[in-house]
Amino acid sequence: MKFAIVVFPGSNCDHDTYHVAKEVLGQDAELVWHKDRSLGRADVVILPGGFAHGDYLRTGAIARFSPIMQEVSTFAAAGGPVLGICNGFQVLLEAGLLPGAMLRNRSLKFRCEFLHARVEQTDTPFTLACRPGEILRIPIAHGDGNYYAEPDVIARLERNRQVIFRYVSADGEVTDDANPNGSVNNIAGICNEMRNVVGLMPHPERACELAVGSADGLSVFRSILKWGRESFNEDTFTTMTASSTVFNK
Amino acid sequence: MTPDPITDSVLQRHGVTRDEYARIVTMLGREPNLTELGIFSVMWSEHCSYKSSRVHLKTLPTTGRRVLQGPGENAGAVDIGDGLAAVFKIESHNHPSFIEPYQGAATGVGGIIRDIFTMGARPIALLNSLRFGPLDDPLVRRTMSGVVAGIGGYGNSIGIPTVGGEIGFDRSYSGNPLVNVFCLGISRADGIIKGTASGVGNAVYYVGAKTGRDGIHGATMASAEFDDTLNEKRPAVQVGDPFMEKLLLEACLEVMKTDALVGIQDMGAAGLTCSTCEMGSRGGAGVEIDVARVPQRETGMTPYEIMLSESQERMLLVVKKGREAEVEQIFDKWDLHAVQIGEVTSDGRLRVKDHGQVVADIPNKSLTDEAPMYRRPIAKPSYIDAAQQLNLDALGAPPAPRDVFRRLLASPGIASKRWVYRQYDHMVRTNTLLLPGMGAAAVRVKGTSRALAMSVDCNGRFVYLDPFVGAQLAVAEASRNVACAGGLPIGATNCLNFGNPEKPEIMWQFARAVEGMGAACRALDIPITGGNVSLYNETDGSGVLPTPVIGVVGLVENAERIVGRTFRSEGDIVILLGETRNELGGSEFVHVVHDQIRGVPPRLDLVREASLQRLLVDCAATGLIRSAHDCAEGGIAVTLAECCFDTKLGVSVDLAAVPDTPSPYGDTAALFAESASRVVVSVAPAQVTALLAMSASAGVPARQLGRVGGSRIQIAVKGRPVIDEGAADMERIWATAIESWFEQRRAIA
Repeated sequence: MKFAIVVFPGSNCDHDTYHVAKEVLGQDAELVWHKDRSLGRADVVILPGGFAHGDYLRTGAIARFSPIMQEVSTFAAAGGPVLGICNGFQVLLEAGLLPGAMLRNRSLKFRCEFLHARVEQTDTPFTLACRPGEILRIPIAHGDGNYYAEPDVIARLERNRQVIFRYVSADGEVTDDANPNGSVNNIAGICNEMRNVVGLMPHPERACELAVGSADGLSVFRSILKWGRESFNEDTFTTMTASSTVFNK
Repeated sequence: MTPDPITDSVLQRHGVTRDEYARIVTMLGREPNLTELGIFSVMWSEHCSYKSSRVHLKTLPTTGRRVLQGPGENAGAVDIGDGLAAVFKIESHNHPSFIEPYQGAATGVGGIIRDIFTMGARPIALLNSLRFGPLDDPLVRRTMSGVVAGIGGYGNSIGIPTVGGEIGFDRSYSGNPLVNVFCLGISRADGIIKGTASGVGNAVYYVGAKTGRDGIHGATMASAEFDDTLNEKRPAVQVGDPFMEKLLLEACLEVMKTDALVGIQDMGAAGLTCSTCEMGSRGGAGVEIDVARVPQRETGMTPYEIMLSESQERMLLVVKKGREAEVEQIFDKWDLHAVQIGEVTSDGRLRVKDHGQVVADIPNKSLTDEAPMYRRPIAKPSYIDAAQQLNLDALGAPPAPRDVFRRLLASPGIASKRWVYRQYDHMVRTNTLLLPGMGAAAVRVKGTSRALAMSVDCNGRFVYLDPFVGAQLAVAEASRNVACAGGLPIGATNCLNFGNPEKPEIMWQFARAVEGMGAACRALDIPITGGNVSLYNETDGSGVLPTPVIGVVGLVENAERIVGRTFRSEGDIVILLGETRNELGGSEFVHVVHDQIRGVPPRLDLVREASLQRLLVDCAATGLIRSAHDCAEGGIAVTLAECCFDTKLGVSVDLAAVPDTPSPYGDTAALFAESASRVVVSVAPAQVTALLAMSASAGVPARQLGRVGGSRIQIAVKGRPVIDEGAADMERIWATAIESWFEQRRAIA
């Protein structure tokens, strides 16, 4: 599969996402500059984490005007899978590809730590290989991750099963203590109505090797590969190679 | 050039003495104008010239088999194999962080990152060493909140993880916090780029943020004590822009991949002045620039202001003649404007023009190598002899061990720093092998099987009581922490934080600490490849504890064999490497329970320390040990507790009695003494014999203490139980102590 990873000025998880696609999964991957006007022959597009344009205005508010975002919208409208991680999620919200907005964390502080996110729905390209209700031990790192939308929008998201990830306790309970930022209904990630565009605040790309603390994030990336195999001819994909850097501690 | 009248008050404002002025006149062969005086004043400031410290720093060991770059460049570099180099340095931003905590700390992070990528290295890790006053002071909490937010604000945005560090608390830092920031990057061993200007006619480029009036005389401010005019100094602190620096970082690394670059230097302290004359001086060349071409943020700036501005996120580049377009194109891609402001000349002078008219003309060497160097008078401070007296009997009967244990776990110096590091992105770049608080910082080196372990340390109390031994203990602790993780110490960088060097007592502390640091680094075979000196850490005449922070970098051959602080499995055997002696001098116990800094610091046998560290590295490499944790503040009782925290495991041990202890203090010494060269390790039961044999042949005392398991922390001394507490309860005390000072959810009684 070919991954296109968009690089905005100020993206800082671009290399990490590339590392997972290329080195851990053994797939084809390309960094695409935000001023480019083509995604090449990408099968999947990822908007990585970071601080696009410094995020001095609202997070993602400037990035949505980058030339490449036109291509991303076209790609998404055609059903292509698009994943926004952290800042990438914020960009998708600003671009109108996903509903809602991000507020400052309720603690008013940046927060970085491992926590637990539960997979709510498995019928998206990014959760296809997950077990329903699977609990991922996965890190967050953000200052503006407090997901908000009007009550009717939230109701629609819940009704349409568009909430894809939720913050939970280690044993899978949706509690206020498990909510790191104040997001409505502990929402950690959502999808669009077509279910091909997914945004989430936690960082699956930071949890793909046990060496760095968890390999639970691989479920998200394996889902993409599974989606690819099911959508296209299986032979066109390189076999997923186990990373030499995955090991038990 | 029309000479300006240089009066005594003009000199005083510039921090230039009459003698120094006479020297300037001799060097120039004439009176300087005001712009030239400004240039001399910042380059000859303590901050830039190291005029009080250089004679001492010269005695430090700076060479070694692995050293690729020693002191004198923007950062040091050591060979880590696989054709790669680790480039690292630590620097202080103490004074700005007190005046404006958020921006002071943020720009400190920005400055050290520039020093690293300037060398051609991609920064992959940040650490910091911080000191604050007691947390019951709301102003201290405000300072600490701001500093932590500023460090996070910059590092998180630019995407370099803050993977570790240390924080200490003492009253002496209330009016003068310390903010020391360490950065490490990776470059190709043969790709290190220097801050040098050479090749007559090569273009001198300015890239990055525009120049404003911010930070004028920042270097001079950092070379003076604080007094009640503090608020007037606020404009001398700059505002950081991590986004601009991220663009600079990526663009510069891209330019460095071409061979169009001759040299590059960031504009840090003393801005355009420092970068031009230092690059010229290193390359044995002259540099001529026209300030009218410098991009400016404000109108009507004078050459004086432009030369002395410390606006952040600016770089100076020397580009090969004929390659300009190539370089400009790369900066264009990143929406950065690279402007040619001058060229390299052959005459060894810094020549500054304004619209073609010469406004300053100074030999580069007079600003750098030939800057004044002082051998300041030294005198042993009168407090030392009295402070070294610790009469335990006079302190009365010690409190019950369980009470001391709880108080120590809640002491901010020992308590969990989670409230702090949770505000730092410590995982970006996906190399972090040990999370903050889990031992030394450790990052893997992608593309190799290796990892780097890092630790920054200094116990200011020990240095205060005996600067020579205290500085040795700092080196030993930092390198021991690195060795615990399995890293062979291969290089170090230091940040020497002291008071006013014009006081002979302060200079004595400084001189003795540098001697101690040098002796320890020689014995442990750790070259110091660079660092920073911060003097005048005084407010209203009262100095900080002398705090020579050392950052040690260790090489772990097999990243899969990294060892952390925490116990791993029920039933593992707990072993103490090293011996506990009756050493409560300068301890956290005496500080917390008796509110004193008193006694003689623990003895340090450097030969034993070296054996211990070699043993630890060998044990980690062979996978023999499952955890290793240094005994430091709070003694072995606190170490054992910390080995349990974050694991849900307990421990049950029996400690040996400590010889030569006055009777009521036997248990106290056994539990809380801070003897050096001690590490608590855990091993699988089947490995005990092997470990004891390895220790014996290394000449390291080893004693089986007990086993991991249960849910309690049970410590006996010579068979008699003295501490028996629930591990979860103790963890709660330790984990929430700092947080509770900041989160205002505490019930109001």
